[in-house]
Amino acid sequence: MMPVRTALLALTLLCANARGDTGDFDRLMDLFAAHKHGRSEFIEQQFLKMLKRPLESRGELIYEAPDRLEKRTVEPRLETLIVDGDQIVVQRGKSRHELNLRDFPPIAPFVASIRSTLAGDRAGLERVFHVEFAGTVARWTLALVPVDAALTKAVSEIQIDGARENLLHIEIRHPDGDRSLMTLRPAAPP
Amino acid sequence: MTRRGATAVALWALLTMLAILIVARARYATDMSAFLPAQPTAPQQFLVDQLRDGPASRVILVAIEGGDAALRARVSAAIAKQLRSAPEFESISNGTDANALRDDEFLFEHRYALSNAVDSRRFSAAGLASAIQRSLDELASPAGQALKPLFARDPTGEMLQIVDQLQSAAPPHAVDGVWSSRDGRRALLIAATRAQGSDTDGQQRAMSAIQSAFDLARRQESAADMPALRLGMTGPGVFAVRARSHIEAAAVRLSIASSTLVILMLFVVYRSVAAVLIGLLPVASGALAGVAAVALGFGVVHGITLGFGITLIGESVDYSIYYFVQAHRSRDRDADPDRWRREFWPTVRLGMLTSVCGFASLLASGFPGLAQLGVYSISGLVAAALVTRFVLPLAVPGEFALRDVAPAGRAISRALGRIPHPRVLAVVVLAVAVLVLFSDRHRLWNRELSALSPVSEADQTYDAGIRADLGAADALDLVVISGTDLQGVLRGAEQAGATLARLVEANAIGGFDSPANFLPSASLQEARRRSLPTDAELRSRLAVATADLPVRAELLAPFIADVAAARNAAVLTPADLAGTSLQVGFGALILHEGARWSALLPLHPGGDTSAPIDLAALREALRRDHCDSALVLDLKQASNDLYAGYLSEAIRLSLGGFGAIAVLLAIALRGVRRAARVLAPLVIAVSCTAALLAAAGQPLTILHLVGLLLIVAVGSNYALFFERARTVGDPLTIAAVAIANLATVIGFGLLSFSQVPVLEALGMTVAPGAFLALLFSSLLAPRQPNA
Repeated sequence: MMPVRTALLALTLLCANARGDTGDFDRLMDLFAAHKHGRSEFIEQQFLKMLKRPLESRGELIYEAPDRLEKRTVEPRLETLIVDGDQIVVQRGKSRHELNLRDFPPIAPFVASIRSTLAGDRAGLERVFHVEFAGTVARWTLALVPVDAALTKAVSEIQIDGARENLLHIEIRHPDGDRSLMTLRPAAPP
Repeated sequence: MTRRGATAVALWALLTMLAILIVARARYATDMSAFLPAQPTAPQQFLVDQLRDGPASRVILVAIEGGDAALRARVSAAIAKQLRSAPEFESISNGTDANALRDDEFLFEHRYALSNAVDSRRFSAAGLASAIQRSLDELASPAGQALKPLFARDPTGEMLQIVDQLQSAAPPHAVDGVWSSRDGRRALLIAATRAQGSDTDGQQRAMSAIQSAFDLARRQESAADMPALRLGMTGPGVFAVRARSHIEAAAVRLSIASSTLVILMLFVVYRSVAAVLIGLLPVASGALAGVAAVALGFGVVHGITLGFGITLIGESVDYSIYYFVQAHRSRDRDADPDRWRREFWPTVRLGMLTSVCGFASLLASGFPGLAQLGVYSISGLVAAALVTRFVLPLAVPGEFALRDVAPAGRAISRALGRIPHPRVLAVVVLAVAVLVLFSDRHRLWNRELSALSPVSEADQTYDAGIRADLGAADALDLVVISGTDLQGVLRGAEQAGATLARLVEANAIGGFDSPANFLPSASLQEARRRSLPTDAELRSRLAVATADLPVRAELLAPFIADVAAARNAAVLTPADLAGTSLQVGFGALILHEGARWSALLPLHPGGDTSAPIDLAALREALRRDHCDSALVLDLKQASNDLYAGYLSEAIRLSLGGFGAIAVLLAIALRGVRRAARVLAPLVIAVSCTAALLAAAGQPLTILHLVGLLLIVAVGSNYALFFERARTVGDPLTIAAVAIANLATVIGFGLLSFSQVPVLEALGMTVAPGAFLALLFSSLLAPRQPNA
């Protein structure tokens, strides 16, 4: 994947016009960078046009700096998805799959959006997305559109909003009009 | 020329022509069947079939290294594109499979015949509900985006089930769309050749095709990138091709070098080009007779027999040396063939018979490789001796005058005479050798088949590395189902598969492959078809199943139509797989030899641990489930067992041969004491050589054993000459033996520098052994009164 990264880097350098209020955006990123752990409960709703009602799941989202993300779904089925560096581990019942993130380009933006935000890695975010920051540190919104045209076939936009270092919503919009909405709230320490 | 002489020459000419004819028409085999017992058990037969012509033997693994990933990906794609239309290959896989799309279409169209999940329970209302719920869960997962288009036609997720069942082993890692090593430093391709693994010429053509495709792809890159790119190839066929050229090169180079040296030495002694050439007559006749006899007796000559057969030269060249040196005493005395016949021929004949006795023990071997070596050596030695006795004297040029070697013989005799207490020395040396052998007795023999492998360690490491990169490490444990027809073995594979699936569930094994996953038996396909409900039935069950699910009933109309089509579809046959890569996957797991069909179910170790699979428990589980046609095989163990059997039989037979030699000598020499005197130096030489090899940390293989036999064969002549008290006083005989010994040591000494295990092992055994045999034969000879 190195060449793709280099290409993305070149692209961001070419159109080096990161938008938004640099001051608040940077302060927010610094705030995230200072938080090495994060743990939230989530409810995810997927709105698929072909279904009568949204698919709902709930569980926990756990982040460890710099690049470990764990999505632990409790309902409707136990399933754990761990992304650690480039390594993906999916555990579902007895079956366990180990994959490499580099082999699944369509998943990369999902991971990058959440992970780079939580890491406070603005450069990393801007390598993959055109980023638009709105609001203040106290109540903010990030609108992310993939830089790579190939990726927009899977995701047209990711919108993340939150208050200070707490994520509140992650909304992923697909080009076919389907979308998923994840609502988060900080989990009580275990 | 006397009448008798004329008859001998005519007979020799006739037989030579006949032998040339037989040798020219003989079939030669270089495969593993030399190691296959004449009456193989089922696992042994299977093992050799696998090694020789199994699907794995037709795979060439290709690695592209250097440059950056994008460059390697372009080259990989270009090579694959070109080779896919080449006649040498059945398939080329590098991740950009042209078949991939066709595969998906095929799998999707026939999903209700292929999916292991399809049965009547799956299509009950409850079964449909849980399958659809599962698909909805998949839709909600990060990969769901790709599955959405399939949902309306495949709401029960049969496609995912099929992909799962075909991918029990993880697919290779991909970088920039082509297969790559985990560290991303090389791009990888898998080429399956049409030529069988045992067809070394065909494998060589395939390798050339890969090389030229690589060269072509490289030329299309920029000048800056070109030099960085490297091509690597590995696999059984590649090994065979390399080993052949390696052995050919080494054999040619070393034979030229050693024959040049031996011929030079003979020229110094004979002082006649003609005599040197004539002296090679017995050698050539013996080799010819040996190959012809094997071809007549076995129908096919094994390459390994020819390899061992070099050993024959060691003894047969001695015969002519004895003749020339002993019969043509010196310039001022006429040649006296008759005296040679009277005085020396009986000894040479007894030496020849001794060797024949030693090699005859191999005739009883159940392994064609050993039995052929026996036939080759016996007929070769008899022919060489007869040619020396009857033809050589007639062919010697009239003006032939040998260099006077008597002074050399006297010098040797004096030097040997100066060694103090020769008998004590011999006993001490033997004791030390026996001690070394005894303390090393547990690791004296190398019982692994790989000991005979002509593949260098570097090549084996490279091969293992590439296989690990591909996640294609050799499956060493297999379940094999054999039978007389394809449908039978497929049904057997399905039955064993059910047992294996339970063991996967219990984490006893990590997974397994089965040809039935690619093409179920006709009866299973029919059963699956019967389990599909009618349109009306399916509609009413779906209504129940989806009542609590967020799925609109009208969304699933394409599903109902597809099930109806599947209900009326024809049963899939192997021909239907043509043009998909499933054909390759299926073909790799089905063997067809004559009337015998075998289904292979390779097992992946694992579950949670990387501990080896408990084969005993596996056998027991299969037995409990009445999978009677299933055979559990551990390939590495089976091949090592086979070789260990070969080796221990050879050891047993060699000891038997030694006993036969002792009896022969006791009878011929009319006394146990005399026989013991001949045998003693040979026993010391053989033990000493084995002890030297052991002390040097060289585990002995069957090749070393053959070398030890040869020491007895060559050395028995020395011992017999020295045993005759007269010899000790005859400097010419001493010189003749010394010259013969020098020829042997030079010839085999050079072989020991070879990188080819066959040649190296023979060389390092015979060269020191022959010298030791001469040394101890002379030391233990009756002392000369006036020495």
